[in-house]
Amino acid sequence: MKYWNPTYECMSREEMTRVQNERLVNTVKRVFHNVPFYRDKMQKIGLEPGDIRTIEDLKKLPFTYKQDLRDTYPYGMFAVPLSEIVRIHASSGTTGKQTVVGYTRRDIDTWAEVMARTLVNAGADKNSFIQVAYGYGLFTGGLGVHYGAERIGASVIPVSGGNTKRQLQIMKDFGTTILACTPSYALYMAEEMEEAGIRKEDLKLKAGVFGAEPWSERMRNQIEERLGITAIDIYGLSEVIGPGVASECECKCGLHIAEDHFIPEIIDPETEEVLPPGSKGELVFTTITKEGLPLIRYRTRDISSLNYEKCECGRTCVRMSKVSGRTDDMLIIRGVNVFPSQIESVLLEMSGVAPHYMLIVDRVGNLDTLEVWVEMTQNMFSDEVRRIEDFEKKIRHEIESTLGISAKVRLVEPKTIERSEGKAKRVIDKRKI
Amino acid sequence: MQAKQILLKQISVFLENKSGRLAEVTKILGENDIDISALSIADTTDFGILRMIVNQPEKAEKVLREHGFTVSCTSVIAIAVADRPGGLAAALEVLDKESIGIEYMYAFVGKTSNEALVLLRVEDSEKAIEVLTKNNIKVLPSNTVYHL
Repeated sequence: MKYWNPTYECMSREEMTRVQNERLVNTVKRVFHNVPFYRDKMQKIGLEPGDIRTIEDLKKLPFTYKQDLRDTYPYGMFAVPLSEIVRIHASSGTTGKQTVVGYTRRDIDTWAEVMARTLVNAGADKNSFIQVAYGYGLFTGGLGVHYGAERIGASVIPVSGGNTKRQLQIMKDFGTTILACTPSYALYMAEEMEEAGIRKEDLKLKAGVFGAEPWSERMRNQIEERLGITAIDIYGLSEVIGPGVASECECKCGLHIAEDHFIPEIIDPETEEVLPPGSKGELVFTTITKEGLPLIRYRTRDISSLNYEKCECGRTCVRMSKVSGRTDDMLIIRGVNVFPSQIESVLLEMSGVAPHYMLIVDRVGNLDTLEVWVEMTQNMFSDEVRRIEDFEKKIRHEIESTLGISAKVRLVEPKTIERSEGKAKRVIDKRKI
Repeated sequence: MQAKQILLKQISVFLENKSGRLAEVTKILGENDIDISALSIADTTDFGILRMIVNQPEKAEKVLREHGFTVSCTSVIAIAVADRPGGLAAALEVLDKESIGIEYMYAFVGKTSNEALVLLRVEDSEKAIEVLTKNNIKVLPSNTVYHL
């Protein structure tokens, strides 16, 4: 099976534009009437649904920011009555509150559809055994891949993350052919595998779909070599739908975007001006089939470029280049989005003061580590060791429950963290991807 | 004797486990003519708390803070026990009998022979002073300790 959905994946540009025009018009009408947030925004600039007729009119529409989702937390931007929402997922917010997304039954169906395309791009079919080692839960990774895999009719092994020894045993005994996890975890598994004396020839692995964090060609080569598979880059974000927004094909020269569902644009992050194909800038998505949480021109903060030329694989869907960075300060640690400002909120709440802090991110043995240095302040200090240790433990606990990943906390002497004149440098990222 | 005349102002300083920090503190005190009577360090993997009895606690606190150290003041009690085996045990038994918990303590040999001096941080200072005095354990006035 070469394409999951050849009608849309190999559609002519003319036909695709017609599809997008129609779907965009419907979406704008729907959000104008059902989402006060969008109605207000549009009315403020004197825009009516009737003003949007084609995708050329996209640039007239206002942008949507992560902050908007935070301001309307949790369900303020949903476009349907809550009784029609059949699934809720969430991802990290910039402070304490998460970014919440909702899906109708149709949306879950759409999600499975686009995810199916991703998996088929990697060569999956109903005979595949797909090991889903992305976390299951509020994170869209696990369930996203799961439903896509079931749609194809593959045999889904829903392991979720962690417990590497068991993962390897399952890979060997259950005959996994397709692996889905973060690229750094794949490398970690390769290492554990080698240490356990399991050879890649002993496994039935054929391919893997890897995403949720940036990874290099060097890492891809390592994964392919050590696991004996073809490694495909996949892209997604919860706000747009989850995994399935875009994925590489066998050519590995750009990620095909499911643009019959998500219209991409590249903008200059400073001026918000739309840039022509080929230019590097910030990726923006407009969802044109989602019902629960349709988003207009959502700024992803991911840096990429677009290529509209037909691919060698025969697909015509626009390709985005591998994400090369962010336009904000978000970090991805062990596949989890982390905003330095989240740490700030935690510390502020705990000590009433915002102490100086520094995030030290590193990769040790293929696993990301996070250490948070916090400067001791007068009101944190106690004469008793036990109290300081308890405080340290409390900070660690709060950080873990807010971020969703574990971090080591180190209390340091005042004035030892670098001060800067402009925006404070809060992160030292020692990782060399 | 009232608690006010007994309770000593002990200086506590937060130190990272880096080399030179302790030397830095003692250097600053030396430069400011501050004399250390007793000291102890409570250490953990990542940091330590330096506790000191100095002859000018307020000045020490000020001067160390000016140099960027995190300093706090804690009240401790100094007692003198017979400098022979069992000397300390007798005093501790007294506190234990009255269920007075000891947070920490450290000892040093004073200038007078036959006596060892012990600094105690207890849960209830007032009660501790009362109990010790009642049981004839020698509790020292703070001025004596500052000027050792």
